[in-house]
Amino acid sequence: MKRHLNTLFVTTQGAYLSKDGETVTIKADGEVKLRVPIHTVGGIVCFGNVGCSPYLMGFCAEQGVSISFLTEHGKFLAKVQGPVSGNVLLRREQYRRADNPEQSANIARMILIAKIANSRSVLRRLLRDHASKVKTKTVDQAAQRLTAAIERLQDTELTLDTLRGIEGETASTYFGVFDNLITAQKSNFIFDKRNRRPPLDKVNCLLSFVYTLLMHDMRAALEVVGLDPAVGFLHRDRPGRYGLALDLMEEFRPFLADRLVLSLINLRKVNEKGFMAKESGAVWMDDETRKTVLVAYQERKQKELIHPFLKEKVTLGLLPWVQALLMARYLRGDIDGYPPFVWK
Amino acid sequence: MFVVVSYDVASDERSGQRRLRRVARACQNFGQRVQYSVFECIVDPAQWVLLKERLISEIDPKKDSLRFYYLGSNWHRRVEHVGTKKPIEQDGPLII
Repeated sequence: MKRHLNTLFVTTQGAYLSKDGETVTIKADGEVKLRVPIHTVGGIVCFGNVGCSPYLMGFCAEQGVSISFLTEHGKFLAKVQGPVSGNVLLRREQYRRADNPEQSANIARMILIAKIANSRSVLRRLLRDHASKVKTKTVDQAAQRLTAAIERLQDTELTLDTLRGIEGETASTYFGVFDNLITAQKSNFIFDKRNRRPPLDKVNCLLSFVYTLLMHDMRAALEVVGLDPAVGFLHRDRPGRYGLALDLMEEFRPFLADRLVLSLINLRKVNEKGFMAKESGAVWMDDETRKTVLVAYQERKQKELIHPFLKEKVTLGLLPWVQALLMARYLRGDIDGYPPFVWK
Repeated sequence: MFVVVSYDVASDERSGQRRLRRVARACQNFGQRVQYSVFECIVDPAQWVLLKERLISEIDPKKDSLRFYYLGSNWHRRVEHVGTKKPIEQDGPLII
């Protein structure tokens, strides 16, 4: 089994990353802040004004370490990619399936079933653990609506457009009761509906940021197994959009990202002072809060679970990689169907 | 797995200083310096073979010594640090 490698986050403004032997060296204010061997790093994420030497970029590309550049506020800007790796036959098969509406719909259907089931698990867990604090009836009804949607998705004849319709409905059902999942700091963290670019409240700000981190991991995982992260089945091609990464991310949104955001708020690890609103209405978080979120995300990735399909113990951080590998095996024809990740 | 590498390289001659530098460089590529001649490396078995071979080929067995301590994969509770220069946790969140 592949080892869960660490991700290096650089948030210090003005920091410079360079290659020293086989290590990544981070300099800031004229001194070396950190030196880490490249073998222990799976990815590097730079926030804002962070420089990176071309030799390091080349070395990372060679070693299969992905580098992403984000704005200070976590918006994705660019990534560094080395020579295209992996199996060309696999990628061609991916393109063929993506061109075929029925095949695409079938894969998209599996992913959506998992996503909705995972969303439902998030709701059900709330009902189980905090039944006294929430409007049980509303949440329960939402959970039932999600169950109904899963049943509708059993139909193999559905077209992609219908699938997208069902996804939209379930997303609004789920986010419609999401505010109920916030059980602490109620007056400061109010969730109305999902919004982005820019996020207009603190909860959306947290969600968007964690989704970006998840996106970086998912895209890197797809590249490792040799799939093209840009060509998706549910998400259609669009320049600059990583369709397949977005597809596979759907399964993890509720389980990894939404739960993380909720526990940050509910356990009071973040508070309203860590956010600021711009004139445009956009809400941003400060450096301290961003660090808290990154630490929490990294720690969550260290947790282990038994993978429902592989029956093997994996860290949460390896889940994107495991799912990317399963997708590659499915496309290659090694397994009959793509087994999405369903949290039990 | 977690391996502690410590070394003693006779550095009174020019050639010794060169060996010392090269041993330190090899260790740095795989682990973290925790004291002057002590490195903590988190490596998989394949990487360990590489590192070990490289280290052994750098030293002069007549003058220098290397010691390896294998702490396995369940090492967290076997390591304790007291005093200054606390090293970073290599598998913890790396945020700079």
